[in-house]
Amino acid sequence: MVKKKSNISPALAKNIRRNFLERIIELVLMFSGLIAVLITFGIVYILVSESIPFFEAVTFKEFLTSTVWTPNFEIKNYGILPLVAGTLTITGVALLVAVPLGTITAVYLSEFASHRVKETVKPILELLVGVPTVVFGYFALLLVTPLLQKIYPDLSTFNMLGPGIVMGIMIVPYIASVAEDAMRAVPMAMREGSYAMGATRFQTAVSVVMPAATSGIVAAYILAISRGIGETMIVAIAAGQQPNFTFNPVDSAATITAYIVSVALGDLEHGGIGYQSIFAAGITLFVMTLSLNILGQWTRNKFTERY
Amino acid sequence: MAQKKEILKAESKNFNFHYADGTHALKDINIPLYEKKITALIGPSGCGKSTFLRSFNRMHDLYSGNKYGGEIILHPDNTNILDNKVDPIEVRMRISMVFQKPNPFPKSIYENVAYGLRVRGENNKRLLDDKVEEALKGASLWNEVKDRLPDLAYNLSGGQQQRLCIARALATDPEIMLFDEPTSALDPIATVNIEELMSELKKKLTILIVTHNMQQAARISDYTAYMYLGEMIEFDETDTIFTKPSKKETEDYITGKFG
Amino acid sequence: MAISNKKTDKDLNVIRALIKKHKKNDQIFAGIGFFIIISLAITLLVLFLDLVIDGYPKMNLDFFSNFPSRKPEGAGILSAWVGSALVLVVTFFVAVPMGVAAGIYLEEYAKKGWFADLIEINVANLAGVPSIIYGLLALGLFVYEFGLGTSVLTAGLTLSLLMLPIVIVSTREAIRAIPVHIREAAFAVGATKWQVTLHHVLQYAMGGVLTGIIIGMARAIGETAPVITIGALTFIAFLPPSPVNDVAPFINFSWLEAGFTVLPIQMFNWISRPEHAFHINAAATGAVIIVLTLFMNGLAIKLRYNIRKKIKW
Repeated sequence: MVKKKSNISPALAKNIRRNFLERIIELVLMFSGLIAVLITFGIVYILVSESIPFFEAVTFKEFLTSTVWTPNFEIKNYGILPLVAGTLTITGVALLVAVPLGTITAVYLSEFASHRVKETVKPILELLVGVPTVVFGYFALLLVTPLLQKIYPDLSTFNMLGPGIVMGIMIVPYIASVAEDAMRAVPMAMREGSYAMGATRFQTAVSVVMPAATSGIVAAYILAISRGIGETMIVAIAAGQQPNFTFNPVDSAATITAYIVSVALGDLEHGGIGYQSIFAAGITLFVMTLSLNILGQWTRNKFTERY
Repeated sequence: MAQKKEILKAESKNFNFHYADGTHALKDINIPLYEKKITALIGPSGCGKSTFLRSFNRMHDLYSGNKYGGEIILHPDNTNILDNKVDPIEVRMRISMVFQKPNPFPKSIYENVAYGLRVRGENNKRLLDDKVEEALKGASLWNEVKDRLPDLAYNLSGGQQQRLCIARALATDPEIMLFDEPTSALDPIATVNIEELMSELKKKLTILIVTHNMQQAARISDYTAYMYLGEMIEFDETDTIFTKPSKKETEDYITGKFG
Repeated sequence: MAISNKKTDKDLNVIRALIKKHKKNDQIFAGIGFFIIISLAITLLVLFLDLVIDGYPKMNLDFFSNFPSRKPEGAGILSAWVGSALVLVVTFFVAVPMGVAAGIYLEEYAKKGWFADLIEINVANLAGVPSIIYGLLALGLFVYEFGLGTSVLTAGLTLSLLMLPIVIVSTREAIRAIPVHIREAAFAVGATKWQVTLHHVLQYAMGGVLTGIIIGMARAIGETAPVITIGALTFIAFLPPSPVNDVAPFINFSWLEAGFTVLPIQMFNWISRPEHAFHINAAATGAVIIVLTLFMNGLAIKLRYNIRKKIKW
């Protein structure tokens, strides 16, 4: 009985030590989670702080309205519009390819394909997602553009059409996968209701499943636009790095991302306006993609809430 | 069995059903459906009554691996609707179905009702308008929705949605209508509405209904089949089933000793 | 209106003709869908074969043991593949522990509330941030604020930022698939939360976590834009100092500060040259990259497939 008393104390000590350890571990884990928040703050902090000096030299008005971007010329002009135009044009071409192909693929996989076909096709799409963009860039410059030149001989080596098409192919799996998820989430009862009326698969897919999954499908498109706007290597390799205010896809033009690459490749001194300009370009890109991502996520969540 | 001057509309002959996982869900079912009568299927859950009902418009074809055996004959043309040569869509165009939970499409009230006609390639606005009105009246929903036909169907109450689904099934003039526990998701008032509606509908067509509610079967049906564990135990006029059933199992179930 | 709704043979024939017509649409669409998918598969194949065929003349051991050179014939990818390997080592050791820890925190520890929501929203957003933005972050923060310069360490850290959301998401998905009763069983025998996490949750989630790590590493191998943005030199004809020495303490870390190049940058550099001979080098490098990434992604897909088949809770 006397012994028992002396036993309690080490056990209690062990408990305290264990609880303390558990606490430490939780804090370490929490800190790792916090890293995600810190990175976001880091991005915003760096983009803003590095571009503040830029906007002291260049007015917002010039930045947003001037149609000339010539940071390397004698007379420097910093209007972001040419870069935005290039970005939007290439993304537009990509969407023209990716939206129909991605949507049809999604409908096919969700409503038509047998289980076996799905099991085979999905890995192919995932592999396509895994292809590095520098390889797609090679493909655009040295395979697709030469092919296009056979049809349209006036096409220059650097153009927005080739990389746009290749970017479209790259985006197809993204659209297909998000849109298919959305269509798969449509309750089976709704499909049965349609089939019970004597509808075919195609009729059910087009007039019941797709309308029910609209917001999910739209989210897929929005996220695809964001993906296209942020894509760098395909355009830096195959669209040229010369800013050019045009919406004509057969022209060569730089995108926001391609401009950042072209500056990073050169020897710009740290702190110079050229260096700062890539952060101003970066902040433009970040705001564009962030708002699209938030919009896309929001649309998608709105959809998931309903079912 | 007291057979009056009933006309046979459809009958299942030695009907068997196997699910993809091998479950033998229905064994040698023989049930007749008489024209312009309501036939009710009762039995404890899992007895196969819904499986049987869904076979009538080949719903099981949507999921691979399911197997039908035996025949379901549709009169007067003697078509075996389970025949591989018969397209399930053709069957569904003749026999329509109302589900357990209301399942309107994400469309307007009008388009929900018009859906079956659109599926049949009908695009004549005047004809659609007429048919939609007629179907909504048939489902006694017209007065409640006539001013809001372009509204989204989701804005209707549960009972209204179910009547909308009935209107949808009605708009295509089906020969038989299937009801799969149509009131189980509804409140008592909506249930009464639907039951009255069914009695009205049988003036025009043949009805097969699955219900877990024995009183409902007793109230509305002309014939009743009691099913248990995938087998049809007894089939007779509803009055007979509920007053003097010939099988002990049926009596136990009816009187609540079991199930 | 006539009440009779008996279908006559004539009606049936009309129905049958209609079905035939509609079914044709079904078949046409299925055909189109199948054709598109086949085309995508063929595109993947063409992409691969194009690189292999174009780069075929360079497919020999010398290509792997030579430095880049002004003369395309003798140029190789020695510095590039060594650089890629070293950068990946850094990326792995930063992104994996942090990503897994963050994933565990979000699934096992975090209580529902604004704090967990904040982290969650950030992880979701980071996954959608264009990779070049991470390059800008690294340029401003690692290269200049922290003074790490354009080094193996900077590149490794940069790529780990990209890999982090992938590891977090896959860790969470793997953990979420583990049913509560497994945890309850472990708690019931007196295990602490961390013991349950380490001995059970993490063990059973390992396959899924590994899948995410492989996919993240594959992405890091091919990622180009952020590494260019931090100012990685594209002409490197030397190797970083070896991580292993023959004198004590046998390991040194000076390679972390060394300049470097990586495979995709070497490829980009060669694509940008006008001479066709360099394009052959680019293709050969591309073939190496795509073999690596396709292999790793394939492995991850296979792994996930096996997990799905094997584990039935």
